[in-house]
Amino acid sequence: MTLEINHGGEGEARQARAPAATAKQRPEWADGLRKLYDSVVEEPLPDSFRDLLDQLDKND
Amino acid sequence: MAVHTLTAADKSAFKRELAEVVPHLRAFARGLCGRPDMADDLVQETLLKAWAAQERFEPGTSMRAWTFVILRNVYLTEMRRNRFRGEYDETVAERILVQSAEQEEPIHLNDMRRALMALPEERREALLLVGAGGFSYEEAAEICQCPVGTIKSRVGRARAAITAMLDGGEMPEGDHAKAADAHASILAELELVSAPAT
Repeated sequence: MTLEINHGGEGEARQARAPAATAKQRPEWADGLRKLYDSVVEEPLPDSFRDLLDQLDKND
Repeated sequence: MAVHTLTAADKSAFKRELAEVVPHLRAFARGLCGRPDMADDLVQETLLKAWAAQERFEPGTSMRAWTFVILRNVYLTEMRRNRFRGEYDETVAERILVQSAEQEEPIHLNDMRRALMALPEERREALLLVGAGGFSYEEAAEICQCPVGTIKSRVGRARAAITAMLDGGEMPEGDHAKAADAHASILAELELVSAPAT
């Protein structure tokens, strides 16, 4: 409702804000940080983890 | 805290969810301690603790957030025991460099890692959760058991420090030397332990 007061409505207001927010909160290296994290997430899981998970039930 | 009586189906659902977050636990742990082998030890310990505490998990809530709290506590306990410190590990950087050979700027990723590991513990953790793990400030605050404002401030400082290191080329030489020393002494210890009796 209040967004109607903005000339362009929500969409334009958001677009207008986005570049500033991006520059402030997502520096150039932000993707690199994400990549570091994702590179580990995407690694094949070592067998030791499957073995451990399999053992969990049996130790109950 | 609510304690649920778990059926076999509950347990199997819990286990499935637990298995799904393992890659994320590994990524967070590696970001925390910087050493793949030790990170995996932390995750194994976390899985055992999570399994033992499964009655306290609220079905429908985030398994990733719940297990990150456990992982963080395991890590902090290990840190207090001084078994290892969050240090930059040269071998990790080399591995990432090799892995990212097809990426445009492999050196950037290497520098990224180095800068991350040079951050003070609490700021690195906050940045990992928000900037890498994709948690909201609110979720990160819950995981770290601190006010949202504290997380925002830590993330802000972490970002400023990394930007200064990467853009300004001010890589922390002092910390490198220290990390290299720590690494060398750990290797020396390992050699002592594994040296065949002659």
